[in-house]
Amino acid sequence: MRSLDPTEKAIINGLQGGFPLTQRPYRDAGAKLGLSEGEMIEEIGNLVAGGQLSRFGPLWNAEALGGAVCLAAIAVPRERFDEVAERVNAHPEIAHNYERDHELNMWFVVSTDAPERVDQVIAQIEHETGLRVRAMPKTREFFVGFRVEV
Amino acid sequence: MLDAIDRKLIAATQGGLPLVAEPYRALADELGLDEAEIVRRLARLLEDGAIRRIGAIPNHYALGYTANGMSVWDIADEAVADIGARVGALDFVTHCYERPRHPPLWPYNLFAMVHGRTRDEVRAKVAEIAVLVGPAARAHEVLFSTRILKKTGLRIAA
Repeated sequence: MRSLDPTEKAIINGLQGGFPLTQRPYRDAGAKLGLSEGEMIEEIGNLVAGGQLSRFGPLWNAEALGGAVCLAAIAVPRERFDEVAERVNAHPEIAHNYERDHELNMWFVVSTDAPERVDQVIAQIEHETGLRVRAMPKTREFFVGFRVEV
Repeated sequence: MLDAIDRKLIAATQGGLPLVAEPYRALADELGLDEAEIVRRLARLLEDGAIRRIGAIPNHYALGYTANGMSVWDIADEAVADIGARVGALDFVTHCYERPRHPPLWPYNLFAMVHGRTRDEVRAKVAEIAVLVGPAARAHEVLFSTRILKKTGLRIAA
């Protein structure tokens, strides 16, 4: 991991939201950080190219877009882990899949355009793997004010 | 509700805003709209919550936040709304949700994701949550991710 310079840190810490909806937003956001419009565009471009930022722009909320997102977990026998991961990941609706240190050791997110697809994908995975999938849809979301500090 | 133009706007911006002096004008040109219309729509989508925020979207891993702990809590149903709001307000919690239990294997109904540079840092933060929650938590655990098996971003077709 390359270390960040003060300008890059200022952009990451200071701009995780609130990017202006003005004609010259890079200029206006840069003014608060003491950077010119050209510097802002160049620095942000470098942070995206370097992978420190996934991207720069709107963070869309999948559910508000009419889709559905559901966390699900499987207790996968150790000797079948790679095979089951391959079957689960083969579904394009699986957005993320993580191995975690628990008896429920495979945790994935089903993300679909149509809410009814979530149950279908889960049923298919149960059929293909012969393993029980525990669906854990969120029943309530609590506001978080998280920002990464670098 | 979203209309066809909103969906085009999503498709055009889900990879990021144009890195040019007038990004909203560039989007307007791309979509055949005027700049004021783009700005008006983005403002509305922000207000409705379809856009959570606009700005730098950090890659936690690339920034050294490589430890990712999912802390999970068994909280009495009648207390979870209050406790969840307080846990979510902590500045190191990235997601906070109530979810269904699957007893006996899974008694937990409150999930709070904690990111840190090391597992010890995450454990220390989870200990702070435990202090905040107090006896309302009947049990808790923290599950670390040991491997990313798949990771793709949100992709919405126009």
